[in-house]
Amino acid sequence: MSSSTMSAAHAMAAAPGRYYRRFAPIELVTHALVMLTFIGLALTGTPLLFADHDWAHTLVALMGGFRGAALIHRVCATIMTIVFVGHVLRVFVRAFLAEDWLAYFWGPYSLVPNLKDGQDIVGMFKWFFGKGPRPQFDRYTYWEKFDYWAVFWGMFIIGGSGFMLWFPTFFSEFLPGWVFNVATIVHGEEALLAVGFIFTIHFFNGHLRPEKFPMDIVAFTGRLPEHELKDERPLEYQRLVGAGRLQSLEAPAPTSQTVLFSKLLGTFGLALGVITILVIIYSAVV
Amino acid sequence: MQAPSSLRPLVIAAMAAVLLTVSMAVEAADAAPNDTCLMCHGDPGAKSDAGKSIAVDAKKFGTSVHGQMNFKCTDCHSDVSADKLPHEAKLKPANCGACHEAAVTAYQSTAHAKARAGGNMVAATCSDCHGSHDILKSSDPASRTNIAKREATCGTCHGNEAVIQKAKLPGGNIVAQYHDSIHGRKTNGGTPDAAKAPTCTGCHGAHSIRSKGDATSRVNRDNIAQMCGSCHQQVYSRFSASQHGQMRQAGNSAAPTCIDCHSAHRIQPHGSPQWQVDVINECGNCHQDFITSYRDTYHGQVTKLGYTRVATCNSCHGAHEVLPASNPKSMVSPENRVNTCRSCHPGANANFAAYEPHGNPHDRAGNPILYYTRLFMQLLLAGVFTFFGIHTLLWLIRSLKDVDSRRGGGGSH
Repeated sequence: MSSSTMSAAHAMAAAPGRYYRRFAPIELVTHALVMLTFIGLALTGTPLLFADHDWAHTLVALMGGFRGAALIHRVCATIMTIVFVGHVLRVFVRAFLAEDWLAYFWGPYSLVPNLKDGQDIVGMFKWFFGKGPRPQFDRYTYWEKFDYWAVFWGMFIIGGSGFMLWFPTFFSEFLPGWVFNVATIVHGEEALLAVGFIFTIHFFNGHLRPEKFPMDIVAFTGRLPEHELKDERPLEYQRLVGAGRLQSLEAPAPTSQTVLFSKLLGTFGLALGVITILVIIYSAVV
Repeated sequence: MQAPSSLRPLVIAAMAAVLLTVSMAVEAADAAPNDTCLMCHGDPGAKSDAGKSIAVDAKKFGTSVHGQMNFKCTDCHSDVSADKLPHEAKLKPANCGACHEAAVTAYQSTAHAKARAGGNMVAATCSDCHGSHDILKSSDPASRTNIAKREATCGTCHGNEAVIQKAKLPGGNIVAQYHDSIHGRKTNGGTPDAAKAPTCTGCHGAHSIRSKGDATSRVNRDNIAQMCGSCHQQVYSRFSASQHGQMRQAGNSAAPTCIDCHSAHRIQPHGSPQWQVDVINECGNCHQDFITSYRDTYHGQVTKLGYTRVATCNSCHGAHEVLPASNPKSMVSPENRVNTCRSCHPGANANFAAYEPHGNPHDRAGNPILYYTRLFMQLLLAGVFTFFGIHTLLWLIRSLKDVDSRRGGGGSH
């Protein structure tokens, strides 16, 4: 896209402020629940990995001691698991109902990685070094897909090991003892990966990078302004225009209350996440 | 027969006068030397040429054990004679040994006597613990050496920071430590059985206080277990049969004895959560690999956070009865392990008990599965953070440039 059309797009977007729906309400609820339970799990789990630090003692004391923290951890884990199972069921039901289930999983509306994602990664690195234009993205960028699959993989790895450690007598009915040793290592290391990834990389990609700073509330409002759709997801925009479906996605601009609520929720998550990361880095250094 | 009532007061007065005269005459021979001494020393303001008080409280001396026995001053101060006054300015110390031969002989072998012999005159001698003119029998509740007063008496030095610093007393403020210990709380608790718990002399003795380096000391490492066992008999017999006890009996004096886990003066009740959490570190002082691997488990993390209710060392290994896993009697022997797990996890089975509570992911030969699991996880973390770290950094730089050029009137991505 040339610089003149980009400027034109900006100018157009600034005037009427049209909004399009990006996420269905159920998807917003899914993101919010995963986010809140993730924060709950991180705050109650991380102190165990840094048990010799004062902040860990304070944090656990604030949550009513280790039993309080364990309860919060398990309540959050249960909610997150239900949300995850619900999401997977929804995906398969929708695939079943889709006219073409192959397209459902491989098409541009799917989060399954494809060849273009690989090309986009190369393209982005070229763009970083000024050696090419910014890639034209479709509905989901490769880093968004990575976020999604990171959570998906994490659900199996952390969730699976977590349930083993929660119900060891049940799982030891059919699993050998060393599996619980592996589960302990995997649960902690993968949790550090998840916490570290979400609270730095996801935060940067989704919120903190200069284009989005301080945050992008699309995952809370479910709607994005027309210029963002055009600029950041041109392939999706063009396809919607071409198929004559764009209009059907038009949605009222979020009310000021919705925006305020979204920003509060976003600030809450970002603040807790950034504090957690700073504390972890401090603990690793000191 | 009865005297007329008008005469009665007179008769009584006369009889009293006679009695008084007779008794004074009888006592004169004994009391005279002390009275002579008290002519000078009875004045509460009496001072030596050097300005030190030389006053003696005659009343207190009278109620003291020696006063009750009508001792003369010269019985103890034998280098003074009533015929040769004033006496020399510098007198010899009272010779307690003239009567208390056994006690004084025993005292010669104590840490106190040795310190004095070595020139440390801060070290306690008879009067520092017993007093001088006011000595009471130890059975008298007001006595410095009464069982209830011993903590305070020893504390005049061993609980006094100034003296501790000056004389470099071993162990620091051990009386303060003792005061907060289970023994100290018991002896100070005011319950009928308070005297059953040991005060200082209960462990150290009185005239037999010897330094712990002395092989004959009750508190020498090799004698401690027996000494504690004099009250804690059952614990002593369990300990003697344990790995630690057997190692000690085999002459390994590095093997732990009571004080290595319980401390000497800070002993806490075993039900105290703080103690349960702290004693893990005592085990870890020797079993370093095991405490490290324990800290990587949920049990170890929760106790590190200061909470109990999860397994500590003795939950699985036992405390005084600890034995190596190779011993069939051990709580962690293959025969007993499942039952040990079941004491907290009622549904535990053989698979459950095959969990390795001290699995060490750094030990490739011993725990290859854990080693490679950890290696895989660390490579995964390193890979993800390296790739996205670079990705994020380059993106940030590029975006900042973009924002700059847009501000400068550009507008291209």
